[in-house]
Amino acid sequence: MGVDLFNTFILLLLVAAALTALRARDLITASVVFGVYSFLMCLLWAEMGAVDVAFTEATVGAGVSTVVMVATIFNLKRKSSD
Amino acid sequence: MKLLSLVPVVAVGGLLLFAAQDFPEWGDPASPASTSPVSSHFIQSTGVDTEVPNMVTAVLADYRGFDTMFETVVVFIAGMAVLAILKSSGRRKGKREHEVEAEPDLIVTNTVRLIVPVIQIFAFYVLAHGHVSPGGGFQGGVVMGASFILVALAWDLEVALARFSAEKCILVAALGIVLYGGIGFLSMLLGGEFLDYAELEKVLPVSREMARYHAMLGVEIGVGFTVTAIIFALYANLSTEGRLKGGL
Amino acid sequence: MFEDGAIVNELLVERLNYFIYVVLLLIGLHAMISKRNLIKKLIGMSIFQTAIILFYVSIAVKEEATIPIYKAEHDPHGEVHHHPEKGGEEAEAHHGPVALKDEEIKQYANPLPHVLMLTAIVVGVATLGLALALTQRIYQGYGTIEEDELLTKIERADDRASQSPLKSNQSPSPKKAKGSATAKKATASPSRKSGSASQGKSAAKRKPAKRKPGSGGGKKA
Repeated sequence: MGVDLFNTFILLLLVAAALTALRARDLITASVVFGVYSFLMCLLWAEMGAVDVAFTEATVGAGVSTVVMVATIFNLKRKSSD
Repeated sequence: MKLLSLVPVVAVGGLLLFAAQDFPEWGDPASPASTSPVSSHFIQSTGVDTEVPNMVTAVLADYRGFDTMFETVVVFIAGMAVLAILKSSGRRKGKREHEVEAEPDLIVTNTVRLIVPVIQIFAFYVLAHGHVSPGGGFQGGVVMGASFILVALAWDLEVALARFSAEKCILVAALGIVLYGGIGFLSMLLGGEFLDYAELEKVLPVSREMARYHAMLGVEIGVGFTVTAIIFALYANLSTEGRLKGGL
Repeated sequence: MFEDGAIVNELLVERLNYFIYVVLLLIGLHAMISKRNLIKKLIGMSIFQTAIILFYVSIAVKEEATIPIYKAEHDPHGEVHHHPEKGGEEAEAHHGPVALKDEEIKQYANPLPHVLMLTAIVVGVATLGLALALTQRIYQGYGTIEEDELLTKIERADDRASQSPLKSNQSPSPKKAKGSATAKKATASPSRKSGSASQGKSAAKRKPAKRKPGSGGGKKA
């Protein structure tokens, strides 16, 4: 099979999402882009044939984890210095 | 500091890439991981031993059931630890910088009122159908917990807590672990080892393989209970700093 | 190592996916070390965890293999009909599970890494929840979640605590000898900064300092 085009494209998008989530100055932006990162991971795993893992990551990573992070940031400061 | 921290990071990266040269080609069917006898045994005998078509659920709940039990305990302990950390929080130091005192919106509440029963039925379906399709205890439990979070987001946290209070959360979470351990102990009392589900054929009127099938369902229900309760308790405590008033 | 230049070719063309997994791991690791904000550190931790899970799941991939759920012809609850046209097989309806042969095993992806990574994802979300609760507690206690401001505030709290007006003239000398040894060990681990800030002060003054940061931190929280 080798490394094909779809996988490479999604992997590059993953790297871009990870870098964006870490460079964002606003923490809500960082959480939402982190949710995008989780969704891209889920898509990649579903393409690789790991359907149970993709299901779990879709519910846990992109669902609960993002909501819980936003709920925490709601009680903290929204701006970050770096 | 940031430039100095690049040095160990790049060193670790260099070492990892140096090791990556020896990895097999991606997707190679002759790689050591793909031809290992353990995986081959699982693929071969899941149908014969347990009659469950989903190999991942069978391995998770039956062949490696001990692992899953302790993972459930880990989730439970994490929930308890969050409760313990946030319960003793004092007065808030000042007003939070963005107060939200919004009324529940008409469209959102009516849509959620229609959607939440469907979500909960889907959660039960995912849990029960995990033997045949992708799914299982964790996924169903998380979807169920997410439905309660949706109720809390559309209305108020008090509305969600009126349906699933904090004490009930802890009880349900503990009940899940007791259910899992109880099935294990039951099979021990019937003469087998701990979590040897095939011994349950002495109480259920089914064959040995179907006993494992049904015990797997019971175990997944236990896991689903714990995960539901802990996910909701996690949200409720984190959004209100343990006081369970106010919130998102 | 660079004698033929094929190393770079091999890494970037054949093993590109491993290269990108390593890049993701490094992004997560660098974020955990160097970011000042605590939430960014947690995001880095989560990126690290999911990158590791990605690496494991990619090991389970087999070429032209389907998902690890039995297909219709291998279904344990299905009926398998053997037709007489296929050479050498009898015409019977076989009901029940059959153990798979070797070439049929190759059709399914490896289920074992999937199982391990399911556990890893769930434990990861539990850890994230706990870490967020700790972050909230730190914010309540110190009013900030930036690492440098936190260190400054902890230093100042320890300084204020070690300058307390309770002098050591109420503690008798045998307790002082034992107390200074334990005070040295106790103050070495929790408050390294206070040890450096209070140099020049006697060891006897460190004994009330050992008790004070505990109650000072409790009063703040």
